[in-house]
Amino acid sequence: MSEDQNNLNHSTIPEFLTDILPPEERILKRPVAIIECFQEIPCNPCVDSCPQNAISIDEGINRIPQIDYDLCTGCTLCVPKCPGLAIFVVGVDKEDKTKGSVTIPYEFNDLPQIGEEVIGLNRQGKPVTPAVVKKVIVSKITDKTAVITLSLPSEFIHEVRFFKRQSSK
Amino acid sequence: MIRKVQMAVIGGGPAGLSAAVAAASQGVTVEIFDDNFIPGGQLIKQTHKFFGAKQHLCGTRGMDIAQILLDRCTQHNVIINQQATVTGVYANTLGVLYPDKFEEVEFKSLVVATGASENMIRFVNNELPGIYGAGAIQTLMNVFGIRPAQNVLMVGSGNIGLIVSYQLKQAEVEVECIVEALPQVGGYQVHASKIQRMGIPILTNHTIIRAEGNEQEGVTGAIISEIDKDFRPVPGTEKYLSVDTICLAVGLTPLADLLEQCGCKMTTISELGGRVAVHNHYMQTSRPDVFLAGDVSGIEEAVTATLEGQLAGLAAAKYMNIGNPLIIQNKMNEILIQLNEFRDGPFGEKATYGSQRLLKEYSYE
Repeated sequence: MSEDQNNLNHSTIPEFLTDILPPEERILKRPVAIIECFQEIPCNPCVDSCPQNAISIDEGINRIPQIDYDLCTGCTLCVPKCPGLAIFVVGVDKEDKTKGSVTIPYEFNDLPQIGEEVIGLNRQGKPVTPAVVKKVIVSKITDKTAVITLSLPSEFIHEVRFFKRQSSK
Repeated sequence: MIRKVQMAVIGGGPAGLSAAVAAASQGVTVEIFDDNFIPGGQLIKQTHKFFGAKQHLCGTRGMDIAQILLDRCTQHNVIINQQATVTGVYANTLGVLYPDKFEEVEFKSLVVATGASENMIRFVNNELPGIYGAGAIQTLMNVFGIRPAQNVLMVGSGNIGLIVSYQLKQAEVEVECIVEALPQVGGYQVHASKIQRMGIPILTNHTIIRAEGNEQEGVTGAIISEIDKDFRPVPGTEKYLSVDTICLAVGLTPLADLLEQCGCKMTTISELGGRVAVHNHYMQTSRPDVFLAGDVSGIEEAVTATLEGQLAGLAAAKYMNIGNPLIIQNKMNEILIQLNEFRDGPFGEKATYGSQRLLKEYSYE
């Protein structure tokens, strides 16, 4: 595999993410959880949510969670457990590296259908790319927080953090 | 004949319910007096999952925590009186006003868990219909299922302003923007991110200077403005927003009047939100039979209210010589460790500093 193929073409990676992102080889291997929790707040449900024990918080409950990307399987169980809705799972298709996925927690009544075309929004709510709903999980474990996986161009996996339906205003 | 209870609790929110359960678990007979229709205080309006650690029921939605605490009250035979407004606290009796009667209740110990009231700010026309505190918006939306508005301006970016903005969007109400007078967001960044990615802007260094509208139609708009570091509007930066509702989430003040009235020593500590009763680690006031817990002891949040409630309930049991004092002391020590652990971050600094200032006053006694 040439180096060119290995490098993903990211539109923009926000500065605050660069320090915590896993190496690109890791993202290409299998999906991985990105914990966007950068403030010391008294909270630790993410630690217990992980069946691989990949997430840890040092001394007490106020430190920033750390994730071991080698242990993380990208299973998305942590996504609905984070009260701050700050955990996302990103992935890149092994066969076609231009295709990516982002898993998002979603707490609204108008659940999208699988296969539905939606608009991927960035962290400021600006539309950045069309996306397709790949998976919708609502179960007793997620406690009313739906876990939605979008397929989108891989260059947007670090940028898209929400979506809107075509039908919504 | 005056009714007698061992421990009376004023307020049925997280602090009051926790105090009642903690005391009842030691064998104390407890009655709660709550002025609302439904018990649970602010918890019943909290549709979001709570922060905290496992032992604090973290990851559970506030409204479900209310049910868990109410179930524990039932298990421990705690009596909850609703629409029971305590109008005064005397030597060893409470005056309680119900919709149809007034009664006096005698107590051996008392836990005051009355919570807080919402702050108001000054701007032109701030008396117009359509201007609400965040608590009222939540009550309409999450207790009564009424959509309170079509289009809202939120004032204040503390956790309450951020969470209520999110809940408004969940109820399909538009939130035009959030204005914050300080240069930075007051609440948790994760709460702010949740609403920013829905496209709601948070304008720091901004405030509302005027509401537009009239008595008949209520609010029809709002004028916001940038402000300088001394909080003065910057001329020429005014902007008109077409909104039908203005929601104020600009802080809370402890509802401490009953404590003051019954003779507890009071002090003013800005970090705790204003006037509070002087108390020790175990939530005991200068009146040894009166304890307090939750926002009335200093503005914080529901997890610490629950822990303080447990402390107050146990301390009241100990004061009345009910239960095993050694077991109670061990439990209280454990809770103190949890409280310190919870406050051991930048967001707990204010409460920690405030309670240290308070303890100094207590030890000067």
